[in-house]
Amino acid sequence: MFAIATLVAGSASAQAPKPTSTLEVVKSRGMLSCGVSQGLPGFSTPDDKGNWTGIDVDICRAIAAAVLNDPAKIRFVPLSAKDRFTSLQSSDIDVLSRNTTWTLSRDTSVGLNFTGITYYDGQGFMIAKAKNVNSALELSNATVCVQTGTTNEQNVADYFKANKMKYEIVAFSSADEALKTYESGRCDVFTSDVSQIVAERTKLAQPDAHVILPEVISKEPLGPLVRHGDDQWFDIVKWTLFAMLNAEELGITQKNVDEMAKSDKPELKRVFGTDGNLGEQLGLTKDWVIRIVKAVGNYGETFDRNVGANSKLKIPRGWNKLYTQGGLQYAPPIR
Amino acid sequence: MAIDARKPPPQFAARMKRVLGGRSGLSGVAMQILFAATLIWVGYEIVANARANLEAQRIASGFGFLNNTAGFGVSQSLIPYAENNSYLRVFFVGLLNTLAVSVVGIFFATVIGFFIGLGRMSPNWLVARLCGAYVEIIRNLPLLFQLLFWYIAVLAALPAPRQSFSFFGVAFLSNRGLVVPTPIPLDGFGPFLIAVLVAIIAAFGLRIYARRALFERGKLVTIWPYVLAVLIGLPVLSMLAFGMPATSELPVLRGFNFSGGSRVVPEFVALVLALSTYTAAFIAEIVRAGVTSVHKGQVEAGGSLGLTRGQTLRLIVVPQALRVILPPLTNQYLNLTKNSSLAVAIGYPDLFSVFAGTALSQTGQAIEIIAMTMGVYLLISLVTSAIMNFYGWRIGRSMNA
Repeated sequence: MFAIATLVAGSASAQAPKPTSTLEVVKSRGMLSCGVSQGLPGFSTPDDKGNWTGIDVDICRAIAAAVLNDPAKIRFVPLSAKDRFTSLQSSDIDVLSRNTTWTLSRDTSVGLNFTGITYYDGQGFMIAKAKNVNSALELSNATVCVQTGTTNEQNVADYFKANKMKYEIVAFSSADEALKTYESGRCDVFTSDVSQIVAERTKLAQPDAHVILPEVISKEPLGPLVRHGDDQWFDIVKWTLFAMLNAEELGITQKNVDEMAKSDKPELKRVFGTDGNLGEQLGLTKDWVIRIVKAVGNYGETFDRNVGANSKLKIPRGWNKLYTQGGLQYAPPIR
Repeated sequence: MAIDARKPPPQFAARMKRVLGGRSGLSGVAMQILFAATLIWVGYEIVANARANLEAQRIASGFGFLNNTAGFGVSQSLIPYAENNSYLRVFFVGLLNTLAVSVVGIFFATVIGFFIGLGRMSPNWLVARLCGAYVEIIRNLPLLFQLLFWYIAVLAALPAPRQSFSFFGVAFLSNRGLVVPTPIPLDGFGPFLIAVLVAIIAAFGLRIYARRALFERGKLVTIWPYVLAVLIGLPVLSMLAFGMPATSELPVLRGFNFSGGSRVVPEFVALVLALSTYTAAFIAEIVRAGVTSVHKGQVEAGGSLGLTRGQTLRLIVVPQALRVILPPLTNQYLNLTKNSSLAVAIGYPDLFSVFAGTALSQTGQAIEIIAMTMGVYLLISLVTSAIMNFYGWRIGRSMNA
């Protein structure tokens, strides 16, 4: 409600001759305002000391490191799926990094721009082992718990219709509530993006009593978003992720970044800003990539730490491997 | 020199002057105009700014989205709804679900509230203390917690569909809700409906006749046997003459759930339980205040006329108390309607959940959708208070007569 009030009343920016630049706003505030989830392990969740961690959080930290030279200068704004876009539209947050699926309408009529794909995902179903179901095609007449305001709601409708199955959907404003209701037996299946199901499953009393069905029924490319109308900020957020991907491809890690910065390979010199002014073209400093990698590491390190091998979730890289290793992650070159 | 009586000032002009300028005359009128102009200007600025902001960010605006396909499912709908219907249809589905939960909730809240309120003043020590405890506990706990409690309690108490409680094999109660047979109208349905309507009208006619007999001729007429006969007899006659009004579609357990039949979802039950018990605690206090406001002498007068305690309450105290009860009672009805938007927490598809929730996040048109939703809640509330004001006006009239 407050967000809408600012959308209505945020007058100065619209009628002033020069639109305010998000970069200037963030710098003068000395703080990046970043929209995250209300607690999704691996993506964005506060630990017991109140520190936010996760792959989506690391994107914010990387941006803060690049822009403010301090990955801690962030105000995290936990948002429900249905409030997230309004909050970004109304300038309450500078960037939304909240496991959000890239779709055409969100990229256009909702007034936002996706800056890239941090995680290639797809929607799946979780069901109790005791129900003896081995395929999503056996779910006819099932009751499905889902979080409202997601692409998941529409995907379920499409999937059941395409397979001529009946279903009942119970939609909750928070993923936690949907999961709790699923656990109580009100629903037969819980549906969400597969990565999210893996994370949510850890919250169940008996995680091992539930299986994820093999079918992946949709494409869910998850990525950060910014508002329409500020190309410079769009570029900064976009290239922050690209920098992390390029760093992995070039073998730059949190540990060896200082060592590699001394390299005289032309490609690395461009990346590290010892040659040229690529960082300044973005409106940042020359050492922007060094700052990012020092703060959060390269993409692979971030992935492993939060959702991959070194995390509790242990999700395989799969599609999120670099293209050089048979995955889909491919960033344009820094040059 | 004749002295003419001074003409009274023209009524219309005087009234206009009073409305516009109050006691300060023309300068007051000028102030009013200035104030109105400022209001209009502020309103215009808000709309123009919002429009400019939306255009600058290239966010879609306008109400064209209402005709687009919604593409998501809804668990309970009072009108036929499918995923390929429009957002406008979703709006009405949500609106009807909100109205359904409000009307049922208001009914139960009123009944429980009156019982608890009167019970709190009961001479029976235990009843009075229990009712007092009810009020103090329920009204002092946040509604959202009570809602979640009822939802979890309702779900925990119910078995899975396969182990559902069966009522003679036609109705089933499980954690998927209460499934009952759906009536399917047959040829005899029309006559049956007419017979029921005629019976109801006849019953009211009898009541009017009985009251007139009592007030005008002082005769006490017993009508309830006739009322019962008409209410049961006429529909039965129509069934004998035209055949059964409807057949029913029985629910059958198929796979995960029952198919066929009509269903009351657990979310609806939990929401009605939470809203009605919560609001009832406030209504109970309002009823107690109303009854206390009736002078003790009235009760004593009833007693000395030989009326029982129940009769005194029903015939003497409550009608007088209603004048005091009604305005705050209206407030509680409005609160209940607005509180029904908490449904979103437990997955009941009310207006706020499906329209200002799912539809909003799918279209991103926050301003239009929130404006429509607020407008609807405002309209529902205004209609509720209009009905209550009308009822209050009638009571006031009959009291003065």
